[in-house]
Amino acid sequence: MIAGIETEILVITASILRLATPLILAAIGGLFAERAGVADLGLEGKMLAAAFTAASISAVTGSAITGLAAAIIVATLLSMLHFIATVWKQGDQIVSGMAINILAAGLVPTLAYALFPLGGQTPPLTDDGRLLDLSLPFSHWASSTGFIGQFYASVLGGQSILIYVAFLAAPAATAVLYRTGWGLRLRAAGENPQAVASAGLDVVRLRLQGLIMNGVFLGLAGGYLSLAANAGYSRNMTAGKGYLAIAALILGRWKPWPTLGACLLFAAADALQGRLQGIVFPALGVIPVPWITALPYIVTVIVLAIAGRGQSMPKALGLPYVKA
Amino acid sequence: MTADTEPSRGKAVARAVLQPIFDVLAGLIVSGLILAVIGVDPLAASKSLVHGAFGYPEAIGYTLYYATTYMFAGLSVWLALRAGLFNIGGEGQIYLGGLGAGLVCVALDGMPGIVVVPVACLAAITFGAAWAFIPAFLLAKRGSSLVVTTIMFNFLAAAVMTWLLTAVMIKPGQAAPETAEFSASSWMPSFTSLASALGISIANSPVNLSLILALLAVAGGQFLVGRTVAGYHLRVVGGNPDAAAYAGIDAGWVAIFALCLAGACAGLAGVNEVMGVHHRLILDFPNGAGFVGIAVGLMAGRNGWGVIPGALLFAALAQGSVDLMIDNPRINPELVVMVQGLVIFFAGALRGQLTLPKLRAAR
Repeated sequence: MIAGIETEILVITASILRLATPLILAAIGGLFAERAGVADLGLEGKMLAAAFTAASISAVTGSAITGLAAAIIVATLLSMLHFIATVWKQGDQIVSGMAINILAAGLVPTLAYALFPLGGQTPPLTDDGRLLDLSLPFSHWASSTGFIGQFYASVLGGQSILIYVAFLAAPAATAVLYRTGWGLRLRAAGENPQAVASAGLDVVRLRLQGLIMNGVFLGLAGGYLSLAANAGYSRNMTAGKGYLAIAALILGRWKPWPTLGACLLFAAADALQGRLQGIVFPALGVIPVPWITALPYIVTVIVLAIAGRGQSMPKALGLPYVKA
Repeated sequence: MTADTEPSRGKAVARAVLQPIFDVLAGLIVSGLILAVIGVDPLAASKSLVHGAFGYPEAIGYTLYYATTYMFAGLSVWLALRAGLFNIGGEGQIYLGGLGAGLVCVALDGMPGIVVVPVACLAAITFGAAWAFIPAFLLAKRGSSLVVTTIMFNFLAAAVMTWLLTAVMIKPGQAAPETAEFSASSWMPSFTSLASALGISIANSPVNLSLILALLAVAGGQFLVGRTVAGYHLRVVGGNPDAAAYAGIDAGWVAIFALCLAGACAGLAGVNEVMGVHHRLILDFPNGAGFVGIAVGLMAGRNGWGVIPGALLFAALAQGSVDLMIDNPRINPELVVMVQGLVIFFAGALRGQLTLPKLRAAR
């Protein structure tokens, strides 16, 4: 038997990992676009579209993997829309990102109403249509051995496969961006595209590749929301996570590991928010629910105020690349 | 990137007028194609939309009421854009502006309208500007991403209003989270009541004196940006931040000034909603108008007067889609949001730097 406080720690840690996963996947996706020099405010919209696609396709085909693949394709198509507007046509990156968010916020419910007579939701998914939690070997035995064993069984294990993907994404992104030639070229396209071009490399192609990576990760982020964290798509289920991911990217100085840390910070604020509701505090009494739900947003603003912009923003971020 | 070349004036005017029309048409055509894909006849839908928006006197009144809110919201986005800033926080600023107006109406309940209405408008302006000031200050002093902070302030505004309306300002003994109805003296006079006072009978609709206020605000905004020193500084910072720095213009203060102005305009949209229509504070009265304002502000391009046709277009979509939904159960209100997204894409993102100042500073 373990004491109440230890159970609490296990529950909160597991919930932080789960809440951080969509943020990490979205932020790493944003990282690949922004290190290539393309500002991406469209994370929210892509995640929403991907969540809806994953749930709809999974509901129709009964296969979670097919749903996830479709989500990746849709998110990548939206990234290509961003590519056309901002890289190919040299349009405004901020406005294009917002256009994708608002387009998705309108198009997704429109399609949801048209396809499923459920008032804007997708049909609830059965276990076959979901990405179920993985159980680590010997979990059953470990969970009877005390705190460490329970940690192994219910925090390290018993999670969706996409959680492992998310936490492996930071080291993988570090390896790709800092240890490969392609990563060096991609970062250079975000710092000094003119120099990249004069070295005989194709800036437009590099930014295209960055945006494809971006679409893949946002497809995973959206798929996690509707296939793993929930059993189907519900209205506006991203609820600002795409913007939190951008804030995490800024706080993380556009570097994979610090960005992962920032996502964990926001996830902790969110987990805390869930645990604080209804608790009676000495002297304060019960904090009103709206104040508690606002906690992650307040943390984000304070964090952005402290982090500022800094010197580490990719130098060419937000600027259209015009061939000399 | 480069300064605009000076084409002949006639050409420039033709382009300023035609370009947004082409951009918006592109957005509408793609919307029509999407309608066709989900099995709705786009031509029949357009017909039903136009009839729903302009086909009978009440419809026109409702369209003008929506246009009032969208003019304030669009002007707000447009003013910030002129300074190279992207104000996504209109939704929260409208919410807070309405709160300011509502607090005055509650506090001065029963006093004559000639006192309450101007004070409430000033309160709406102050609250809207104050809600914009914090993200503006963080941008100017810390370089904090304006888009993210203003979005967070939209969420925060919703949380504050939910708390106020469920726990603090709710009418006692009532379940719905709203205040008691204000006494009629503090309402913004509707055109229907003004006309009947003059012995003329017009169709009953919520369009009210805020419409006149909105037109004056657009004229004032255009004058300020185009004809005053402050407006000149604002345009220089928006058009060429390097030149502004070289000329000794403090871009930080210009950003704060422009965003507070933007927040004030958005706050006045709250007056139209709270004092002109609902006559009480209710949950979620901005209803997405802050985001409509983004499409309207981007459509206007360089010219503030462009806010008026943009607001009318989206007002017609908002009002016309009500009839469309009655005719066609496959359509839901979010259809209008989709059209907004497409218009922002074509009239904003794809029009690019030809007509928009660079937004790097606004990130």
